[in-house]
Amino acid sequence: MKKEIPLAITFLTGVIIVVTFFIPHQPLGSMQQRLLIWYSIVLGFTTLLGVDSLMGSNFRKVLRRSPGWGYSLVVILGFLITMVTGLWSWIATKSLITLGSPFMFIYTWMIVPLTATMFALLAFFIASAAYRAFRARTLEATLLLVTAAIVMLGRVPIGAKIWSQLPAIQDWVMEIPQMAAKRGIFIGVAMGTIAMSLRVILGLERTYLS
Amino acid sequence: MKFFDKIATIDRRIIYLALGIVVLVPVIFKLVLPIRVSEPVRDAYNSIDRLQDGSVVMVSIDYDAGSEPEIQPMLLSILRHCFAKHHRVIMTGQWALGLPFGEIAMATVTAERNRAARTPADSVLYGRDYVDLGYRPGQRALMVGLGREFRDFFAADYRNTPVDDLPLMRGVHNYSNIDLLVGLEAGNSGDEWIQFAGARYGVKIIIGATGVIAPDMFHYMQARQIKGLIGGLQGAAEYETLVSHPGTGIAGMVAQSWAHLLLLGFIVLGNVGYFVMRRRAQS
Repeated sequence: MKKEIPLAITFLTGVIIVVTFFIPHQPLGSMQQRLLIWYSIVLGFTTLLGVDSLMGSNFRKVLRRSPGWGYSLVVILGFLITMVTGLWSWIATKSLITLGSPFMFIYTWMIVPLTATMFALLAFFIASAAYRAFRARTLEATLLLVTAAIVMLGRVPIGAKIWSQLPAIQDWVMEIPQMAAKRGIFIGVAMGTIAMSLRVILGLERTYLS
Repeated sequence: MKFFDKIATIDRRIIYLALGIVVLVPVIFKLVLPIRVSEPVRDAYNSIDRLQDGSVVMVSIDYDAGSEPEIQPMLLSILRHCFAKHHRVIMTGQWALGLPFGEIAMATVTAERNRAARTPADSVLYGRDYVDLGYRPGQRALMVGLGREFRDFFAADYRNTPVDDLPLMRGVHNYSNIDLLVGLEAGNSGDEWIQFAGARYGVKIIIGATGVIAPDMFHYMQARQIKGLIGGLQGAAEYETLVSHPGTGIAGMVAQSWAHLLLLGFIVLGNVGYFVMRRRAQS
């Protein structure tokens, strides 16, 4: 029964959601709406699982003084301080994101700079990696290199200054060859998703149970 | 030949330093380059511009700090455009960590509007002209569910005010009351808005996306499943140009231009060094 009941729930909810998506009339419409609300509520509670997992693993690292336990301590302190200031802001202003609230102080002066810095570092790594990787070793690599150069220059204002036709060529690259390849990939992904969904609904794919 | 060896193997620290300089200098000296407005951005602009005054525009904040430099200027320009046309704005978001950016942008633009307002009708008031519904988990489920009734998911706004106490929301029950949806995207929420709100309920959608995500939106644009596309910092700069309010989008494009040029310069140098060394090795 440990496997049969989850499989039956998956099959029933899967079939109901698919049918109600295409037939939104009563009573199926209301049924679908109720299931969607349930899904949102369940999804909200999965955050608790994430918090439990994050805190549990980091607490264990600190208690056992595992290598890098100091970083785990930073994670725990960061989590607790953010949570406390969040609750404080919520009680004081009825919202986390009221400008000037303690949470917004942490958000503006810690979360945003840290996240932005992590992302900004990518530019430097990409620059270094592009310099090393973009070598015209083969015909395919040369094509990729030339196309990248056209798109990189055509997308920025200085491209039009260098040659007025560059933006138009860039538009063509993005709208014709790029799109043709992307469409092929997307159609493949969509078909794969449908196949996998059917396998899950029909109980053929059971790895999510383990 | 030593010279070619060196240009084929430039130390990464030199690349980092050069990139840092070419990004910083235009920002410090506030250099500007002329911006060409592309068709997808003009279409996005026209989608807002051609709505009747007082239309309801829903804006979804689906990005966080990593994409803020690219998307925040779009949001500011779109809000300026909406309020200049007296449209009403409903803000929500699929990325919980992005919602404060919506609040910051809304505070900036409404303060500008209210400072310049000469009559009460020109001012922008919370509840009457704009609301912030905040974040609810659910993503796709929420997008489909809003097509039936907003109140099933947003009984109250982000400050816990019941939505029926907000004049703007009294007439808004589902997508049939939304004239345009603006998705500001750093991930796959844009695809989901198009597939669930657009394809199923026929909501008119425009997308503002990071430079990485924008190419994934081109096929929706070509199939007219979205009415306009603002792609990357370039798109933000184009929209700033259209609303005649230069900001960080236009300022950032000079830095991006020089950074691209520098990168291409390094790539060319690397290839010259590579070919000379290869020929030397063959001979």
